[in-house]
Amino acid sequence: MSEHTLHFKPAEGFRARSKAVVDNPFLRQSFRGAMDFLMSKRAAQFPDAEELASLRTLGESIRQYNLAKLPTLLEQLEANLTRNGIQVHWAETPEEANAIILGICQRIGAELMVKGKSMVSEEIELNHAAEAAGVAALESDMGEYIVQLADEKPSHIIMPAIHKTKEEIARLFADKVEGVDYTDNVDALIQIGRNVLRQKFLEADIGLSGVNFAVAETGTLCLVENEGNGRMCTTAPPVHIAITGIEKIVEKLEHIPPLLSLLTRSATGQNISTYFNMISSPRQPGEKDGPAEVHLVLLDNGRSQAYADEQLRKTLQCIRCGACMNHCPVYTRIGGHAYGTTYPGPIGKIISPHMLGLDATSSMATASSLCGACGEVCPVKIPIPELLMRLREEAFTAPHANPSMLGQGAGYSWLMTSVWKGWAAVYRSPSLYAVATWLGSRFAWLMPAKQGAWTSVRVPLKPAPKRLRDMLKDRG
Amino acid sequence: MSARDRILNKLKAAPRQDKAVPDVAAWYAMHRTPEDKAGKVQRFRQCIELAHAEVHAVTPADWLTTLREVLRSKGLDKILVSEETTHGCAVLDEFPRQGVDCQVYDMAIEAWKTEMFNATPASLTAARAAIAETGTLILWPDAAEPRLMSLVPPVHIVLLDASRIYNTFYEAMHSEGWKDGLPTNALLVSGPSKTADIQQTLAYGAHGPKELVVLLLTEDAQ
Repeated sequence: MSEHTLHFKPAEGFRARSKAVVDNPFLRQSFRGAMDFLMSKRAAQFPDAEELASLRTLGESIRQYNLAKLPTLLEQLEANLTRNGIQVHWAETPEEANAIILGICQRIGAELMVKGKSMVSEEIELNHAAEAAGVAALESDMGEYIVQLADEKPSHIIMPAIHKTKEEIARLFADKVEGVDYTDNVDALIQIGRNVLRQKFLEADIGLSGVNFAVAETGTLCLVENEGNGRMCTTAPPVHIAITGIEKIVEKLEHIPPLLSLLTRSATGQNISTYFNMISSPRQPGEKDGPAEVHLVLLDNGRSQAYADEQLRKTLQCIRCGACMNHCPVYTRIGGHAYGTTYPGPIGKIISPHMLGLDATSSMATASSLCGACGEVCPVKIPIPELLMRLREEAFTAPHANPSMLGQGAGYSWLMTSVWKGWAAVYRSPSLYAVATWLGSRFAWLMPAKQGAWTSVRVPLKPAPKRLRDMLKDRG
Repeated sequence: MSARDRILNKLKAAPRQDKAVPDVAAWYAMHRTPEDKAGKVQRFRQCIELAHAEVHAVTPADWLTTLREVLRSKGLDKILVSEETTHGCAVLDEFPRQGVDCQVYDMAIEAWKTEMFNATPASLTAARAAIAETGTLILWPDAAEPRLMSLVPPVHIVLLDASRIYNTFYEAMHSEGWKDGLPTNALLVSGPSKTADIQQTLAYGAHGPKELVVLLLTEDAQ
C-alpha cells in the first residue's frame, strides 16, 4: 500500500481537518459555489411541491418495502442472476470483497482494470489492494480520474473533484499527463481525459462498476451515469465485475422509474441522466460484443448491523444522491475530506459508524447543528436528524451488554456523564437550584478567563451578580 | 459457514417488518397525464434537444437524403451500419455509390476492436422506442446492432419511429412487459455523453458519443 492510503480513523484529526478547510478561502469558495449550484438545480427540477411530496413518499415506501423483504430478495436476485449467467459472490468485509475481485483478476491474468464510478469500491479501498496485487486500477469517471491523478480521495459522492478549480486541474494534467501543455479550457481538459481513457478502455482486461439498483425479479443490474464511461467499463473489456452493498435491491422492475427520477433530480438536478444502463447477462451466443463473464460482488460491511435495528435500518433506504450533503451547512463549510470517511456529509455520519465502528466515528454525529435540511431534502425520507440523535446516544452512553452497534459507548466519559447528571439533578430540584444559583452569583469572580473550547470563539461565561429571583424580589 | 450464509442469517434474525406494497401505478395515474401522439413527439423533441441532441423530422421517402446531409454537414465520409436490418441495408445500397465508406459490424469485436475505437467516426442504429417525459431513446442492442455501436463512434445517429414514443419510462416498461424478459443490455439514452466534473462546467463528449442525432421518422412530413 502506498503511504497515501487513508486509513479510516475519522475521530483522529476531524477537528484539525475541518479547521484547515474553514481557514482556506479558496476551498470554501469551491464548496460554497458548488453547493449553491447543485441546490438551485435540484430546486428547479421540483417546481411542484405536491408532486415532490408524493414522489418522496412513494420513494420511501418502495425502499422500506424492499428492505423489509431484503433476505428473500437477495436470494431471489442471486437465483435470477445465476440463471442469466451472472456469477454472484458474497463478502462480509472489505478484505473479502478485495480477495474475490483480485482472485478473478489473477485467474484471467489481468493487468489493467478500468473502473466506472463506484463508491463501494472506494469503501473497500480496491485501488490500493489492486496495486499491491500488481493490477493497475484506473478510474475512468472524469472526476474520479482527476482525483486519482492527484493522489487524493473523492470529496463528494456524486462530484468527486468538486474541491478543485479548473486551474488546479489544468496544472495537474500538464504535470501528470504525458505530452499535455497547460490549458484551463474545460472542453480541452475533458478531451485530454477522453483521449487517455479511450485507449485504456480498448486495452483493459477487466471493467469494474458499481450498481445503482439491482432488480430481483429480472436479475438486472442498473447503472446511472452521464459520461459513458460506465457503459465502456461494462461493455468493452472481456470481464465485467460489479460491486454493490447488499441494500440496493428492489423486488420489481416497476420500482425503478420513481427511484431513478428521484435520484437524478435530487443529485444533479437532471430530469434523467444521459445513460441508464440495464445489464441482465453476459454476452449471449451470437452476440458480437459485451463481456463474456459478468460477476456481482454483494458486500455487507456493517450494513447487516444497521439492518438489525428497526430505527437504524432506515439508514439503508439511501439511494446515494448526495442531496443531504449539498444542503448541509456543515458539509458546505468543511468539505468532504475533513470527515475522513468514504461517505462524507449527513449520510456519511449515519452510515460510517456501521462500517467503521463507533470508536472510530464517535464525534461524527456531533458535527451537526441538527438544522434538519438533510432530512427535508432526502428523496426517500430518511430521518437523518433523528438518526444523528440516536448515534450520539449510542456513542456517549455508558457501555452496556448487547449493544446494537459496534463501539457503543466509545465516546463515554465518566466525568462528562457525571457533570450532566449533576446538572440535571440541580435543575430538577427547586431547592438545589436556589443554592446553586446563589453560589454562582456570590462566587462569579472564581470563573476562569479561559473555559476550554467555549472561549476559543466566545467571551467567557460569568454568572450574573444578581439572580433573576432576587431581581424580581427587589421589584416587589 | 460461508459469507453468504452468515450475511443471510444476520438479516433473517433481524426484526420482521410488514410494509405495504408500493402502488407505483396509482402514482403515475395521478401525476402524469398521457398526451396524444403530437404532444408526445413535441415533448420528446423539446427535452432531447435541451440535452444537446440534434433532431431531424424525416419520412420513409427522405430519411436517406437527410442522413446523407447530416454526414456531409459534419464532414463525415464513413459510417458503421448493420447489414442485418432494413435501414442498414438501405444505406448499404445507396451510400457506397455516393462515396460514403460503409463499415459493417459483421464480426465479434475482438477481431476489430482497435478499428472500432480509432477509425469508426459515426454509426447508425435504430431505437426500439422513446420516452416523451424525459426526451429519452430506448435502445435494446442485439446481434444485429451490438452494444458498442451506440457507444464508441463519436457521432451516433438514431432512427426513431415517432409512433413508438411512450409518455413515461413506467408506461414503456409496463406496456412492453419488460419484467417478463430483458435483453443482455437495455439502455436509456437521453443526449450525447457529457460531464460537469470540472468546476460544474458542462462539457459534451466525455467518453461516449460527442454528438447524438435523432432521425424522427413519421409517415408524412410535419
